[in-house]
Amino acid sequence: MDALHDVLAPFGPQAGHVRELWLLTLAVCTVVFAAVLAALLIALLRAPRAGSVSPPDLSALGRPEPGKRRSVIAAVAASTLLLLALIAASIFTDRALARLSTEGALRLEVTAHQWWWEVRYVEPQVADSFVTANEIHVPTGRPVIVTLKADDVIHSFWVPSLAGKKDLLPGRTTTMNFRADRDGVYRGQCAEFCGSQHALMAFFVVADPPERYAAWAAAQRRTAAEPAGDQPLRGREIFMRSSCAMCHAIDGTTAQAMRGPNLTHVASRGTLAAGALANTPEELKRWIADPQQIKPGTYMPATQLPPEEMDALVGYLQTLR
Amino acid sequence: MQHAMNPPGHAPASRLKDGPGPGSPEAAALDATWSDPPGLLGWLAAVNHKTIARRFVITTFCFFVAGGALALLMRLQLARPGSKLVGPDLYNQLFTMHGSTMMFLFAVPVMQAVAVYLLPLMLGTRSIAFPRLNAFAYWIFLFGGVMLYVVFALDAGPDVGWFSYVPLAGPDYSPGKRADFWAQMITFTELSAMLEAIVVITTVFKLRAPGMTLNRIPLFVWAMLVTAFMVLFAMPSVMLASTTLIMDRLVGTHFYNPAEGGDVVLWQHLFWFFGHPEVYLIFLPGLGFLSAIIPTFARRPIYGYTAMVLSLIATAFLAFGLWVHHMFAVNLPELGKSFFTAASMLIAIPSAVQIFCWLATLWSGKLDFKTPLLFVLGFFFILVLGGMTGIMLASVPLDLQVHDSYFVVAHLHYVLIGGAVFPLFGAFYYWYPKVTGRLMSERLGRWNFWLFFIGFNVAFFPMHLLGLKGMPRRVYTYQAGLGWDTLNLVSTIGSLIIAVSALLFVVNAVRSLRRGAPAGADPWGAGTLEWATESPPPPCNFHAIPVVHGRDPLWEAPRARAEDEQPAFTHVSGLAADTRELLATTVLDARPDLRVNFPDPTIWPLVSALAVTVLFIGSIFTPWAVVWGSIPIAIALTAWFWPDRAETSVHLSLERKP
Ligand code: HEM
Ligand SMILES: [Cu+2]
Repeated sequence: MDALHDVLAPFGPQAGHVRELWLLTLAVCTVVFAAVLAALLIALLRAPRAGSVSPPDLSALGRPEPGKRRSVIAAVAASTLLLLALIAASIFTDRALARLSTEGALRLEVTAHQWWWEVRYVEPQVADSFVTANEIHVPTGRPVIVTLKADDVIHSFWVPSLAGKKDLLPGRTTTMNFRADRDGVYRGQCAEFCGSQHALMAFFVVADPPERYAAWAAAQRRTAAEPAGDQPLRGREIFMRSSCAMCHAIDGTTAQAMRGPNLTHVASRGTLAAGALANTPEELKRWIADPQQIKPGTYMPATQLPPEEMDALVGYLQTLR
Repeated sequence: MQHAMNPPGHAPASRLKDGPGPGSPEAAALDATWSDPPGLLGWLAAVNHKTIARRFVITTFCFFVAGGALALLMRLQLARPGSKLVGPDLYNQLFTMHGSTMMFLFAVPVMQAVAVYLLPLMLGTRSIAFPRLNAFAYWIFLFGGVMLYVVFALDAGPDVGWFSYVPLAGPDYSPGKRADFWAQMITFTELSAMLEAIVVITTVFKLRAPGMTLNRIPLFVWAMLVTAFMVLFAMPSVMLASTTLIMDRLVGTHFYNPAEGGDVVLWQHLFWFFGHPEVYLIFLPGLGFLSAIIPTFARRPIYGYTAMVLSLIATAFLAFGLWVHHMFAVNLPELGKSFFTAASMLIAIPSAVQIFCWLATLWSGKLDFKTPLLFVLGFFFILVLGGMTGIMLASVPLDLQVHDSYFVVAHLHYVLIGGAVFPLFGAFYYWYPKVTGRLMSERLGRWNFWLFFIGFNVAFFPMHLLGLKGMPRRVYTYQAGLGWDTLNLVSTIGSLIIAVSALLFVVNAVRSLRRGAPAGADPWGAGTLEWATESPPPPCNFHAIPVVHGRDPLWEAPRARAEDEQPAFTHVSGLAADTRELLATTVLDARPDLRVNFPDPTIWPLVSALAVTVLFIGSIFTPWAVVWGSIPIAIALTAWFWPDRAETSVHLSLERKP
């Protein structure tokens, strides 16, 4: 999936404020760094050379060196002032971030699992709420408040192009908010080490214009459609009798387990296994046949099926749009 | 008590007493008294601070090489996207072992090891305080470190990070014994660090040469003293944390289990309350090295001694006030974050004071461009850059972006390698002739430096960019097409250059043992006391205890001669030559205070350390080990402290008839 993920290329006000603070800090630090190096270079160039036998210069003992004293004090004072300025800038940025409006925000609840993301859209009407995984769709220009929870260990939610990160802690809830100002796909990834597959725990934020978002949300609210045709029907039967149904849910069927990602609309997502694979029938087959090959340590067991059963199963999953 | 100043050439009153010059019978008696006993048993029983320190430094350096090899493996794995060189399980062990090795088995102990060697020499005394305790601390450290590597070789190495966050490190998500071994090893090494801190503090306060008042102590000694106090306050926190963790894991307590009212953030507070000062434990001795090397090669006393000492102390205080900046992403109250932002940024000021004082020293010196000075100049470039990124991390909004990304990996290596490893290499080159009697090759030294400097920047600078481009840390792989491929490849090439440079250093050190030019007592023309004695120093360090008149005693001694026709050096003598007698001085102004008798070498510290190791390893498997394991410890400690009749009678007779 082509996606943006760069701290310095922000697409929302949160990341934008941080970028400004970053540029300011970088400028100040560069100046100080250059000044220190310049002082060092000048000192090295102007100082005479000596051999180890040359006697030490003890004239500084017991004689104050007022010129040097003034320079050192001035340098320390200047550094202190610059630091105070940076502290002020940092605190102002922090306040500005806290003041960003959350009027009419979209509310999401993200729960992190080893090693995938559960995303719940919490609507005022319970019937309107729905669940998806590893892919978050948001309307552009509308603030989003995300409630963060962890199901097992600590994870961290980070979409560099939109906002800074926030930890997801077991036993606590935290929140963060962001807003995407331009449509596009933004890549995010778990940033706190969370075990074996921490590396392959990505997710995507898809920002769409409000109408397109509304259409997507409406589609997600629907339960899975009755499959049409023999092969998909057989695929559904295989799904229900193999171990699949013990961990996954497909709304509108008897599969209601919550241990793995909800598959009601799995075919509409861009990637599989938290960004580990592109969502194509071939990759899906590869994943089902041997997930440990792709994400060693993942909690999904391998499912060995005869080829035609595998085709039927994947054919059925492809209908879950 | 009586301390005669021995005029030159004057024969001492008694064969028992120490005296000046090597070669005399008194000197031979002293050498025999302070030597470690011969044979294998003697080797195991050694307590001479130089023997222990040599072992300690070599051990920590081996751990550095091992940790570096692990890092190289990690970098090779990350050179290409989707690489299959090592899988997640091994990679997670690699980065955990690398972090734990570098922090617990290399960076802190190597500084203490160097201090154990140098402090008595710099302070003008014959031994470190509590020599047996010192030996015990070394053995504990060795066993803890070796245990970690043994379980790693058995594929049971810890794999949840050197920070071992719960609940990942807890019983539910890390079954097996991996995290237990980690937690116990921490207790081992931190126990060793605490004991060393006590040894250092006592040595500095009580065993200084007469005349070395507090404001004449070399800055390296100040740095180690401040570090030792920090150890005393920081280590209990992590020992508490690792012990509660292991109780959660082994006896079913719920300190960190949120389902039972525990708290996962408690671990982070305890860990970082230690973990942040830990960085300064590594950095402050590095500053001390610089303050030793710069004046020597600038051929003038350091500028701003008092400011330097005060800023070391200020750094130590501030270092305890900013652990929370490792936890900004944890959702903390707003006001608290501002406080920790300010504290984290302001700690830059004492370091700035130090840097400006060194610049002032270099500015008005005459420079002798030897390898130690090169490493110091490398420090300026790397550490200042690392300090700048530190200021960025101290700011909450910036940290929320770059925290736990490769930007932090870049920052921490700039600080740790720039702030500790570059000064340390400078220190190795600087004091190598003192320890071995021979100089290291300058030509190899230059190659060593330039390869290290270039390799370091090639390896770690690109990581800043990787972090800004969204690459999280602690990932065993990444996918192609995310824009991270080239930078990672460059970084791996840089770490290969570092490896070559480290190898050159080893070659240089080994070769120079035999082939190096003989150094003489003071090859650099330095001013501190360790250069007053032969290289390598005799077992008793000084055949006659020097008297100190200034901050750079060797530089100022000739002045004393000009003034009052005294010998180049004044000495105290009158200590026994055939028993381990030492002069203790007062804390503030180092006036002779007491004569103390030190114990002889003994095997019991080693046996006690073995007994402790058995208890700790046993406790990983059954809580009963704590009960039964304490019996051998009690026996070993009793034997250790059992008074030796012959020794006691010598000490008593000395007390009665000085
Ligand atoms: C010899 C050259 C070194 C190289 C090539 C190197 C490389 C690395 C790499 C690749 C990582 C893993 C980053 C990640 O996946 O998050 C790492 C982590 C780390 N390194 Fe080094 N390193 C070196 C030396 C050092 C030294 C000298 C120290 C300390 C004095 C050190 C301390 C650490 C620490 C504390 C971590 C964090 C481990 C963790 O994430 O838990 N490294 N290093
Ligand atoms: Cu995670």
